[in-house]
Amino acid sequence: MQQFADWLITKIPHPESLPMEFLYAGIQVAFALLVLMLFVAPFAGIVSFIERRIAARMMDRVGPNRVGPQGFFQWIADGIKSLLKEDIIPTAADSILFRLAPYLIFAGMFAAFVSIPFSSGLIISDLNVGIFFILAITSIVVIGILMSGWASNNKYSLLGGMRSAAQIVSYEIPAGLAILAVIFLAGSLSMQEIIKAQGAYPWQWFLFDNPFMPIAFISLFIASLAEGNRTPFDIPEAESELVSGYSTEYSGMRFVFFYFEEWANIYLIAAVGTTLFLGGWQIPPAVRTWAAGVSFALPHLLEFATFFLKAAVIVFIVIWIRWTLPRLRVDQLMALCWKYLTPIGFAATLGVASWMVLFPQGLPMVRYLLVAGALGVILYFFYRVFYQVWYTKQPIHLNPFV
Amino acid sequence: MGSYFKNIFESATSIFEGMSITFSHLLRKPVTIQYPDKIARPLAETLPDRFRGFLKVDMEICTACLACMTDCPIDCIKIVTKKDETSKERLLFQFDIDMAKCMFCGLCTEPCPTGAIHFTREFERATENIEDLVFKFVPEGQMILPYKAPKKESASGAEAEEPEEA
Repeated sequence: MQQFADWLITKIPHPESLPMEFLYAGIQVAFALLVLMLFVAPFAGIVSFIERRIAARMMDRVGPNRVGPQGFFQWIADGIKSLLKEDIIPTAADSILFRLAPYLIFAGMFAAFVSIPFSSGLIISDLNVGIFFILAITSIVVIGILMSGWASNNKYSLLGGMRSAAQIVSYEIPAGLAILAVIFLAGSLSMQEIIKAQGAYPWQWFLFDNPFMPIAFISLFIASLAEGNRTPFDIPEAESELVSGYSTEYSGMRFVFFYFEEWANIYLIAAVGTTLFLGGWQIPPAVRTWAAGVSFALPHLLEFATFFLKAAVIVFIVIWIRWTLPRLRVDQLMALCWKYLTPIGFAATLGVASWMVLFPQGLPMVRYLLVAGALGVILYFFYRVFYQVWYTKQPIHLNPFV
Repeated sequence: MGSYFKNIFESATSIFEGMSITFSHLLRKPVTIQYPDKIARPLAETLPDRFRGFLKVDMEICTACLACMTDCPIDCIKIVTKKDETSKERLLFQFDIDMAKCMFCGLCTEPCPTGAIHFTREFERATENIEDLVFKFVPEGQMILPYKAPKKESASGAEAEEPEEA
């Protein structure tokens, strides 16, 4: 970002006469807006469409197929429809808080994108407390959800808001513990530094650094699902009991803000997981030197593609889990957090710490074994998938288009 | 303590198995038919044998006996006949079926002596104007001579419209 800003400033005649701080701030704000408009908003929309299609195929349906080629413009149609809907504020609602809540939720989610890296150069601000900043700023979402639940003056909204607050506050502990294990290994809180401490190949990722890291990754993944209110932890908006939870009374564009937050949050979950455990944007050094020889932008594009691909896999798993598992009960949710994830998170963190004391250089053999083990699990998984297909005697149909 | 690790193991393996089942559905063909965009076979072939679509009257063999009109429980069939002064023949002036009212009970097809009124396999007639659903089997301003069954001796009626099997 700094490089890019410096390069832009050299294009301005007489830069020394201008206030530098304002210039840098202006470039950062402009870049943040670009990320919002060109990346986060379309991503959230397209993921909503893709999720509906994946869900449909998992239920042997077809999914949205009417708007545009393959029904692709469904998300735009939904957005326009919501913009044109009447914006209803209930008479008994606390109108100021009711209006404020969607913006707080939106701001809390979007501010986290400030320190999400897209490539080695593309990051709005590489804060030295990056991951801590993300954990802290996403907590604003809780305030927004609680506020919307309270201000709606509706029992369903209030219950949804309360449940969401309880859930997010509880699950920050296992998430924090898992992130702590990564911080031990990287020795830094900055997102870029964490990625730079890893490598391009799977055995250089933090995920396979030692036997405790996969446990930390899985508990971080479960905790992020719960913090993002995704199924199986979607009790705050459990439609069979709470209508729509905290967003029950919202309509039109305010309602879209809630769902925008939910979809964009999936990318946030995926990006944090990719950064901390899956090597982020790292590409093999040989490829990087080759790409840097071709063009200035090419290594950044390749890094962006690598990062995006890894994140997309996690996004797919998040969607996939949603259509596999039923919703947890509130007591099951709390039991999972306090009786399982928190002790396991502590054990994993202690395990990582003692591993670092015992093997300061790491054990390459263990890394290779862990990668091989993960490959074995994936292979066994696909064996089970094809067993299911064989068992039901269905012909294989791979065409994703309608 | 044993049950604690057993719980973890069982939930992990059952989630693994459940996810393999949902993933295997991604490899299957959707069972939904994308009617009317994409249909594998012509629609008429996929309908059951005794499908009750719109009513149709074959005016060639209609005897204008009015049995269908009198049997219709909701009076959606309207037949007007008139005697011609010169030839002393009964002529059909109007044969309307209001398909918007019709409930497809099939009571009109049963008493028909010649099988002139029958169900077709057609059912697609979405329209913005309900008048479009009134099927007129006698074109307006025209009149049709009803079918008369030929006598057993077959002396008088040797017309061209004689049915094949008669």
